[in-house]
Amino acid sequence: MSEVLAIFEHDRGVAAETSYQSLGFARALLAAGVGSSITAVVIGAEADALAHDLGAYGASSVVLVHHAELTDYAPEAWGEAVAELIALRSPAAVVATGTDRGNEVLAYASAIADLPFAANVTEIRSVGEASLDLTRVRWGGSLLEQSKLVAASYVLSAAAHVFDGDPSPDHIGATAATESVDATLPSTAARTRITDRVTLSSGITLTTAAVVVSGGRGVGSAEGFAPLVELADLLGGAVGCSRVVTNNGWRPHSDQVGQTGKRIAPELYIACGISGAIQHWVGMMASKHVLAINTDGEANMVGKAEYAVIGDLHKILPAVSAEIRKRRTQ
Amino acid sequence: MALRILVCVKRVPAPGARITLTADHSAIDVKNLGFTTSPHEECAVEEAIRLVERHGGEATVLTLGAAEAEEQLRYAISVGVVKAVHVSHPSLIGESDWDPQATAAALADTIASIEAADGAFDLILFGNESADAGGFQVGVRVARKLGRPIVNGIKSITVSSGDGGAVTAQRESTSGFEVYNLRLPAVLGVKEGLNLPRYPTLPGRLKSKKAEVAAIVAEPVAGGLLTESFDNAAELVVQTTMLGTGEDAAPAIVDLIERLGLL
Ligand SMILES: Cc1cc2nc3c(=O)[nH]c(=O)nc-3n(C[C@H](O)[C@H](O)[C@H](O)COP(=O)(O)OP(=O)(O)OC[C@H]3O[C@@H](n4cnc5c(N)ncnc54)[C@H](O)[C@@H]3O)c2cc1C
Ligand SMILES: Nc1ncnc2c1ncn2[C@@H]1O[C@H](COP(=O)(O)O)[C@@H](O)[C@H]1O
Repeated sequence: MSEVLAIFEHDRGVAAETSYQSLGFARALLAAGVGSSITAVVIGAEADALAHDLGAYGASSVVLVHHAELTDYAPEAWGEAVAELIALRSPAAVVATGTDRGNEVLAYASAIADLPFAANVTEIRSVGEASLDLTRVRWGGSLLEQSKLVAASYVLSAAAHVFDGDPSPDHIGATAATESVDATLPSTAARTRITDRVTLSSGITLTTAAVVVSGGRGVGSAEGFAPLVELADLLGGAVGCSRVVTNNGWRPHSDQVGQTGKRIAPELYIACGISGAIQHWVGMMASKHVLAINTDGEANMVGKAEYAVIGDLHKILPAVSAEIRKRRTQ
Repeated sequence: MALRILVCVKRVPAPGARITLTADHSAIDVKNLGFTTSPHEECAVEEAIRLVERHGGEATVLTLGAAEAEEQLRYAISVGVVKAVHVSHPSLIGESDWDPQATAAALADTIASIEAADGAFDLILFGNESADAGGFQVGVRVARKLGRPIVNGIKSITVSSGDGGAVTAQRESTSGFEVYNLRLPAVLGVKEGLNLPRYPTLPGRLKSKKAEVAAIVAEPVAGGLLTESFDNAAELVVQTTMLGTGEDAAPAIVDLIERLGLL
C-alpha cells in the first residue's frame, strides 16, 4: 500500500480554511497516479477532534500524533514528528498547504529525512518511476517553474488557493479510521516552541477590508497619505501601500502589499500612484475589482486595472471624499 | 555579550512590470535588469548590524553564487558588515542556481570551516525565502546540518546575554505575534518589515570597494529538485474602463463604489 500523508494544519485545535487544501492536493496526487490512499496527519492531542470529518475530504485514515511537546506549535517538534512518520511508513508523498507553517514543517521534515522538498506546487504534470514532473511558483507567484523531483518519498507543499479545500464529491458521508501514534521526539525538539503570544486588537485590517485605498511613490510623502486615510475611513476600508512607500518610512511595513508584503483580495482595490510592478501585482491580483489612479496613462497598473482615472491623486481623492459626503447628506 | 553574527544573502534580479524570459524559457532575460539582495535578507543584514551596534561583536555576510554576487556582498559591507565570504563554482554563472540541498550543503560546510577557524557564530540569519526561487528551505537545511534550532518568519529579534545567551524572536500570526525563545547559538529566518534598512554612506561605499572578500570554491552535492524551465503565470487580459480625468472623475468613481455596494 502506498499512501499520501497529508499534514492537516491547525492552531491549538483550530483549523483554517487553507488546512483542507492539503487534502485537495493529496486527492490531486492520487488522481495523477501518486499513491493509492490518503492518510491525514493531525499533530498534537488538542486537535484530535478535528479528525472526525476528514473522511469526507478523501482521507481513508487519520493518524493522530501525540507527545508532550506537541501541545502547541513548535516547528522542530512538528518536523521531527513528520520525519518519524516518513521513516516508519515510507509514504509515496508527504504534503501540506504552503502556508508559513506548512512550508516550515516540510522544510524541517525533509531536512531531517534527507529528502528534497518542492514548495508551492500548482500542478503535477506527469509521474515517472521515481520522479515527478511538477509546476511550482517562484517570485511570489509571478513565475511558474517546471521542475523534476527525484525522490523515494515526494515532499511537496501546495501553493495556497490552488487546490480544492471543499469536501470531496466522491467521499460524501465517508469516515476515516483513526489511529493514535505516540511520537518519540529527540530532546532537542522542544527548542523552538511558542513561549508566549501577543494579541493585537482586531478591527478592520488590510487583509479583511472590503475596500483598500493603496498608495505608491506617487503619494510623495507620509503627509500625502492623509487623503487616502480619509477615503478609507469614509468607506470603512483600510490603507495599503507599495514597497517604495515603506522603504521611505511613509507607512509601516504592515501596510505593504505584494511579494514581500501582504496578499489581499478586497472587493475593491484603489491603486493611487502605484506603477504596478510585478512584485506589487502578485499581492493584490486576487482583488475583485481594481481602480487605478495615476498621472501616467501608460502605467502598467492602468493597463491591468478594470477601471482607471488619469490624473493627480492629490486632486482626485479629496474630490471623491467630498462627493461621498455630499451624497450621504442628501 | 559581543555577538558573532552571520547573514546568508542571495543576489536576485529586480524585474519591473513583468518578468521577461529568454527565448528557450530556461532563464529570466536579465539584459535590462538591475540586481539586488532579496528583500528579506536586506533586513537580515540591517538587523545584524543593529545587533552588533548594540551588543558589540561583528557581522559577516555569506553568499553562494556567480562572480557578480560579490556586488551584494560589497553592498552589505557598505552598510556596516565587516567580513564577506563568497562561495562559487564554475557551474554558477549568471542566474543559475543550485538545487536547495546542494546550496544548503555548501553553505553549511562553509560555515563549519569559518567557525573552525574563527569561532562559532552566535546567530545566523537567513531570509524567510529567497525572492526568486522561493524554496522555503535553505535556512532550515543549514540549521539542521549545524545542529541548531531555527524558526522562520521572524519580525522582531531581541538578544539577551544571561545564561549563555538567548534570543527572543516574534513572528506574525493571524491574531498578533507568536513569541519564540531560543538559546544561542541559534538560526532565524526573517521577513521584510523587521526593520527599515539603512542606505550606504559615502565612507561605507569607499570601504566596501577596498574590502577583501574571502573566496571559497564548493562542489555541489546531488539534490533531488531539478529546475527545467520557466513560464509566465497566466495573465488575465482586461479591458480597462476609463472613468475620466482629474477631479472631474470623482462622481464617476463614487458611482462605481455605489454600484459595487461599497458606499
Ligand atoms: C524581490 C522584490 C520584492 C518586492 N516586493 C514588493 C512588494 O511586496 N510590494 C511592492 O509594492 N513592491 C515590491 N517590490 C518593489 C517593486 O519592484 C517596485 O519597485 C515597487 O512596487 C514600485 O512602487 P511604486 O509603484 O509605488 O513606485 P513607482 O514604480 O515609482 O511608481 C509610481 C507611480 O506613481 C505615479 N504617480 C506619480 N505622481 C502621481 C500623482 N501625483 N498622482 C497619481 N499618480 C502619480 C507614476 O506615474 C507611477 O506610475 C519588490 C521588489 C523586489 C526586487
Ligand atoms: N545561493 C545562496 N547564497 C546564500 N544564501 C542563500 C542562497 N540561497 C538561499 N539562501 C538563503 O536561504 C534563504 C531561503 O532560501 P530558499 O530556500 O531558496 O527560499 C534565503 O532567504 C537566503 O537567506
